[in-house]
Amino acid sequence: MSVKLTASALAIAAVAATSAAARDQVQVAGSSTVLPYASIVAEAFGENFDFPTPVVESGGSSAGLKRFCEGVGENTIDVANASRKIKDKEIKACAEAGVTDIIEVRIGYDGIVFASDINGNGFEYTPSDWFLALSNEILVDGQMVANPNKTWADVNANFPAQALQAFIPGTKHGTREVFEDKVILAGCEATGAFDVLLAAAEGDTDKAKHKAAEKACISLRTDGVSVDIDGDYTETLARIESNKDGIGVFGLAFYENNTDKLQVATMSGIVPSTESIATGEYPVSRPLYFYVKKAHIGVIPGLKEYAEFFIADEIAGEDGPLAEYGLVSDPELADTQNAVADEAVLGSNM
Amino acid sequence: MTDTTQNTGAVTPISSLHTLDARTKRRNAAENRFKLYGMIAIGIGLLMLVTLLTTILSKGTGAFTQTFVTMEVELLESKLDKSGERDLEKIKKVTTFGYAPLIKTAFEKTVEIHGIETDLKSKTMAKILSKSAASQLRNYVIANPDQIGQTIEFRFLANSRVDGYMKGRVTRDSIANDKNITPAQLDFVDQLIEAGALKKTFNIDFIIGADASDQRPEAAGIGVAMMGSLFMMLVVLALALPIGVAASIYLEEFAPKNWITDIIEVNISNLAAVPSIVFGILGLAVFINYMHLPQSAPLVGGLVLTLMTLPTIIISTRAALKAVPPSIRDAALGVGASKMQAVFHHVLPLAAPGILTGTIIGLAQALGETAPLLLIGMIGFIASNMPETVGEGLLSPNSAMPAQIYEWAKRADPAFYERAWGGIIILLIFLISMNTLAVLLRRRFERRW
Repeated sequence: MSVKLTASALAIAAVAATSAAARDQVQVAGSSTVLPYASIVAEAFGENFDFPTPVVESGGSSAGLKRFCEGVGENTIDVANASRKIKDKEIKACAEAGVTDIIEVRIGYDGIVFASDINGNGFEYTPSDWFLALSNEILVDGQMVANPNKTWADVNANFPAQALQAFIPGTKHGTREVFEDKVILAGCEATGAFDVLLAAAEGDTDKAKHKAAEKACISLRTDGVSVDIDGDYTETLARIESNKDGIGVFGLAFYENNTDKLQVATMSGIVPSTESIATGEYPVSRPLYFYVKKAHIGVIPGLKEYAEFFIADEIAGEDGPLAEYGLVSDPELADTQNAVADEAVLGSNM
Repeated sequence: MTDTTQNTGAVTPISSLHTLDARTKRRNAAENRFKLYGMIAIGIGLLMLVTLLTTILSKGTGAFTQTFVTMEVELLESKLDKSGERDLEKIKKVTTFGYAPLIKTAFEKTVEIHGIETDLKSKTMAKILSKSAASQLRNYVIANPDQIGQTIEFRFLANSRVDGYMKGRVTRDSIANDKNITPAQLDFVDQLIEAGALKKTFNIDFIIGADASDQRPEAAGIGVAMMGSLFMMLVVLALALPIGVAASIYLEEFAPKNWITDIIEVNISNLAAVPSIVFGILGLAVFINYMHLPQSAPLVGGLVLTLMTLPTIIISTRAALKAVPPSIRDAALGVGASKMQAVFHHVLPLAAPGILTGTIIGLAQALGETAPLLLIGMIGFIASNMPETVGEGLLSPNSAMPAQIYEWAKRADPAFYERAWGGIIILLIFLISMNTLAVLLRRRFERRW
């Protein structure tokens, strides 16, 4: 009997949920790099406001933006976190699903660091080293040949003869694109391979040729030297712990929480830190964003308050908890605050 | 071939059962070898189990204790309620950031009371506390606004590095490059231990608390996720048991045996083997996108897990019904019972222990399931409050125990890793008690014919 009662109570609950499903918590998904920051903000938001604590899911920037662009309505997410800028393609996909007014919010900057086992060899990299280590084809005597390098010593005579093994973020992560742009592509240009590729590139226009050359630059070798990690940084760390030769790509904040297991490599002679990233000396950094559906503001309670709270001085400012965790605060935070207060959408003035 | 055997048989002396011939020896040896293989297999299994349990226990027990700092805090009226009106709305305006100075002052006092000599500034001292301290203070003040102006003793969580130091995870060597804690702060921690203000004790909040953000692993608990799991199991029980039993009774006792029932039967067996992530995708498409049920809600999680558990329950129920001998049915029908009376008065009660066992095992399986929850938004940072009503428990966002463990295991701070193992211990306790219950029920009520 009681079972029957519970079943009917459930049915009633389900019906009630479908008819009056006023969702009262903000729903966030996206980049796993932004996740720690978003969770810190969500927690403080839940504590200090009368709104419930927002739900923050991860899964990667692309996955988050894809869900963001599924449409408008309570069964879709309100905010997408991204460790890269939204692409034109994604804006178009959004618009097709009816998500037209998107508010872009830049929360600050984050560094990407290269780290290896604490007891292993230390490295001082330049982007060229990474291009020579991981690219599918490199320039040898004016010819593009399949990458013959097997150890770091082959890449750069100053390095120890440690087997090449890199754990890099998978393609669904925004971090991957930054790695390709700021490291591999920069190395491609520095080693002269880019010019050779550009000369050989096929395409009708200069732009198309340029694109083809860039694409050739960032195609990485597939012989197991470079391993894509689709999970989170903890997975990369676990891989390095089991393979001491491995070098992993991490976010600065993750490294700073695991300094007892990892040592960080310098890039172009600069040690990564919030200071060197803030000044722009450390080359591999990127802005972090979140995107808000304007159509949900006023429908989902607390959405605008959450967005404003995220970039408030006491949260995202230089002395706020986000900076303490590893975010490099944005010098133009005041502009972002104004833009959010005005609900300025993409394409209107940015 | 037969010729040769016959020939040799004729030549050799008649064999005796007392002296073993070569062939019997070989057969006996084969049997002994097989026994040995079996024992080795069991040994490997046991070894794995022991390794697993010792790893879980050694890594997870730490999560049940936590380091606390006891100190007196003066709830300054000038900071918390400038107007002095005790108006709750105005008190609420003071955010957790406004409570930080109180904690700093409290540290200066504590140092004075215990006669600790240190060069650290109060801001640096306050860093050994968890970030949750300010919110703990604020919640207290909001709950007891009349106590503003008084001095009250609080027990604050120490931050995860200090806690790690108490548990041996963090040493002075390991923090060489750590910017979150300095050796000077550890010296201060040592002084506090000596003064008796800093202690490691049992932490009930791990068992009843909610998840916490990346910055305060020490404050995270599995309690709310446990409630999420509980509500999902309620949904599964309330839906899967009646549906499953009704389907099985009809198929087993009433349905005609024809190709349609054959197809249904095959499909139920197939459904039991479908990977659980598929049910997650189905749940997303049907329950959230089509029926517009809320995301991250245990109700949806329960519905998805019902789909997953249903085949298990149907198969075990049918097995239990089949095991009831036909003579029982015949006897009931023979004395004039209708078919339905025969089933409900005689067959079903006898099959009940088997049905219950199957249900409990199905529930235990559903309890440990993570994959389908991934797609319906139950994995992530979900720090809800404890649900107060059944409706809230079913509909407000929540996680589940295995989802919470997965979430902790992938966070940056190593302190979360310890909590993941602690969560596994709690999950295992649940699973073991459910399975024990299933075994006990079977032992107690099962009848054999």
